[in-house]
Amino acid sequence: MGKNLVGNHIRKLRFNHDEMTQQQLADKAGVTRQTIVALEKGNYSPSLELAFRIAHAFNLPLEEVFFYGDNTKL
Amino acid sequence: MTYQEKKSIVTLISAILIFVSYCLYMYPQFPEWGLESTETFRFWGSFVLILTLVTIIAHIIISIIFNIIFRITTKEKEPSFADELDKLIELKANRNSFFVFIVGFLLAMGSLIIYQPSQVMFMILITSGFISDVTGSVTKLYHYRKGV
Repeated sequence: MGKNLVGNHIRKLRFNHDEMTQQQLADKAGVTRQTIVALEKGNYSPSLELAFRIAHAFNLPLEEVFFYGDNTKL
Repeated sequence: MTYQEKKSIVTLISAILIFVSYCLYMYPQFPEWGLESTETFRFWGSFVLILTLVTIIAHIIISIIFNIIFRITTKEKEPSFADELDKLIELKANRNSFFVFIVGFLLAMGSLIIYQPSQVMFMILITSGFISDVTGSVTKLYHYRKGV
């Protein structure tokens, strides 16, 4: 769709967390692997609740996982 | 390709196959006598009811077979719940599907206004039901692939 302004560092963070698989992250966040795929591709902006659950899965604050606009640095 | 994308494709193909094969099966049974006879209405009534029943049963069987093949080929278990993305896509698919059906319903009513035989009305209704089903599956596939 190409208009999602909420970006994320999920792919990089998974790699930094012992190469966590998409399925493992999905299980921790309580979603399906499809949703993690869509998030990593930038095809979906998660709800606030899901964003917090993903941040908790990485033990990081929300703003270190998600960003608004064109902020690609971690 | 993920489970949801594959399932959308399977649902789309099965919907087309079920409808086309059912129509081909019923076509020779179309009553040739009086266009507005009771028998004609009985034919269309049974057409819709049997189609609904056949579609539900076929979808359940195809879904079970698909899940078995998915587990064997990917060694993955299919998702046992619908998360927020699934629900959002489902809502969008239902919205588009209902929109198409309502347009078809209005066209069917319009056909009666312009003195078309009742067969035309039934054909438009059934076709719009089929197209709305296809629209729902295509919408799901589109959003699973391109995002929401």
